[in-house]
Amino acid sequence: MPGGAIEFDQVSFSRAEGRVLDGVSLSIPAGQVAALVGRSGAGKTTILKLINRLLLPDSGTVRVEGRDTRAWDPIELRRRVGYVLQDVGLFPHMSVADNVAVVPRLTGWDAARSRARADELLELVGLSADAFRDRWPEELSGGQRQRVGVARALAVDPPALLMDEPFGALDPLTRAELHVEFRRIQQRVRTTVVIVTHDMGEAFALADRIGVLEAGRVVAFDSPQAIASSHDAHVRRLLDAMPSVPRA
Amino acid sequence: MTALLRFWSSHRSEVAALLGQHIVLVAISTLVAVLIAVPLAIIASRRPRLASPLTGIANIVQTIPSLAMFGFLLPIPLVGGIGARAALVVLILYGLLPIVRTTIAGLRGIDPAIREAGLAMGMTDRELLRIVELPLALPSIIAGVRVAAVVGVGSATIAAAIGAGGLGEYIYRGLSMVDTTVILAGAIPAALLALAVDGLLLWLERSLSRRRGDARRVATAAVALIAVVTVSSGVAARSSSGAIVVGSKNFTEQLILGELVAQTIERVGVSVDRKLNLGGTLICDRALLTGDVDLYVEYTGTALTAVFHEPVHSNPSAVFETVRDRYARSGRTLLAPLGFNNTFAILIRGKDARALHLTTIDDAARETSHWRAGFGYEFLERPDGFPGLAKAYGLRFAESPRVMDLTLTYRALASGQVDLIAGDATAGLIKGLDLFQLEDNRGYFPPYDAAVVARSSTLLRHPQVREALERLSGQVSAAEMRAMNYAADVEHRDIGEIVKEFLPKLFAAR
Repeated sequence: MPGGAIEFDQVSFSRAEGRVLDGVSLSIPAGQVAALVGRSGAGKTTILKLINRLLLPDSGTVRVEGRDTRAWDPIELRRRVGYVLQDVGLFPHMSVADNVAVVPRLTGWDAARSRARADELLELVGLSADAFRDRWPEELSGGQRQRVGVARALAVDPPALLMDEPFGALDPLTRAELHVEFRRIQQRVRTTVVIVTHDMGEAFALADRIGVLEAGRVVAFDSPQAIASSHDAHVRRLLDAMPSVPRA
Repeated sequence: MTALLRFWSSHRSEVAALLGQHIVLVAISTLVAVLIAVPLAIIASRRPRLASPLTGIANIVQTIPSLAMFGFLLPIPLVGGIGARAALVVLILYGLLPIVRTTIAGLRGIDPAIREAGLAMGMTDRELLRIVELPLALPSIIAGVRVAAVVGVGSATIAAAIGAGGLGEYIYRGLSMVDTTVILAGAIPAALLALAVDGLLLWLERSLSRRRGDARRVATAAVALIAVVTVSSGVAARSSSGAIVVGSKNFTEQLILGELVAQTIERVGVSVDRKLNLGGTLICDRALLTGDVDLYVEYTGTALTAVFHEPVHSNPSAVFETVRDRYARSGRTLLAPLGFNNTFAILIRGKDARALHLTTIDDAARETSHWRAGFGYEFLERPDGFPGLAKAYGLRFAESPRVMDLTLTYRALASGQVDLIAGDATAGLIKGLDLFQLEDNRGYFPPYDAAVVARSSTLLRHPQVREALERLSGQVSAAEMRAMNYAADVEHRDIGEIVKEFLPKLFAAR
């Protein structure tokens, strides 16, 4: 199985409040970008947390690089899977460079190598290392913070990257700009990406495959073209909710 | 004010030493409290079920008055007794609660998204704590340390009651001499120290929450600073090991006798560690038993009743024999009496005595039904104290006696707040405040001959000390004792000076 591939096989997961995922099956080939779309509470974030073993399934199996997540050492797995959070979660007590270098330092890189890597990543996400490495998270704009979040998630060349509504809180212009950046970066690093969004437009802009979730079930998982022409009622509802943006 | 400045400049090195001891007590106890409280709080934040019992216990500890806490610890080996060690234990216990509480609050206040980010990045629980949670909770922890340290500066003044030193020495000494200057000489630096500690830690707390990235560096610097202060002043304070430890109770005459004994020992070239101003008979006796103190001056009647719980007896030599035997059974030696009998003196105002023609307690018993009485704590409790006295003379008062610090009763009598007190026959204030001693015409009080009681092993080790102390026997008359008390209490002269003047006279008189 190639690096970064992710598979869900009949996965169910419940919380005290009730069932969150119900028999989910997905297969995301290595190097592809999959977008999970659905309304709030459809179970999108739960899928991400099952991938890096922040959660374990009640039944069924989740496989990362062909290995059941139950068999992975959770710490090792999480260090191989980058995670960009909904509200970024930058550490407020660390400089930008220190934030980016957290995982390299955890995995035992020395200070000089971590620092060089942080600079490289800041440039990769479009931030000048000289201008940003010593800044503090609270001094950054939302877009800059999101870029730092991506840089941090990519720090040790993870075979897979999980992104939870990474561009949700941004203004439309910044968001469009970051979409372009994202595709550029993805073409360079060729990592497997699972991105969660409630915005169908974003899914079309970024993904090779789109999964549509409804109340804990995957109602569609296909190429953007196939999704666009789907007749499934749930899918249509999401498509109809898209603002009619004239595409150039 | 000028008296205060004069006192400070003439006691410069002593003030510095006491301030140093005070800082050491607070610094060490706060540091240890942090080392205990922070891990406890971490455990509590990981297991929420432990949190409320933990803070509950710490809360209870906090409500125990510090003097009572010293009392509880007195008989406990290793942590108890008197001196700096017991004081540290108490101060540490007091420091725990604020630090535990703010550390838990600081850890709980961290945004869950930040904790989740750490977990998602593959941090172990330990790494999460070290890299994310503790640095973020640090300002909160420092806030607790600040409370602990400021409370510690206050509580440490009470530690002087068990001979731990510090600025409380002046406060107690001033109280016992009824000398406001001496009280202020200790209280003002203590208050300034509290303000300084508060300001310093507040600054640290503020700068930590503003510049979060520097947290680790600043915290390291602060800890290093505290460690350096602690170690250096600890080294400075630890100089008198191997010396003979002289104790005393906490009133003027005892301070003078302690100093007298100390200077006598120093005359034969043996160094002395003064643990004067200990909280009372019981504390001195415990300290002598455990070896925290090598010797102090006790009164035979007090030893008979308060220490050994023997029935009251009025024959001086019989009392001396009994007490000497009882001391010998527990490895202690009672030397021959110094010469004066410091019996309880039932005192009234001189003008009342003259106006009503009162000379004996029997005379006064006719008047007491419209009088108020004021007594020290010990006198109310002791078997040779108030209950027996009231029975022997049929005394009845207008209201039940007021309890106050022994040394304050003289002023209370002179100023008319009470009409009868039980003081010391040798008190200098009797003359200074125009008080009148009623005659114990029924012979109720046992003799209170002052005598040195010492650990026998210490006397065996230092025969020359025993010889020097024996030369004191019979040399201090009641008149001389009263004159020295007068010099200290009324003329506010320095005790060391008073004794220094008296000693050569005493040895010349032989």
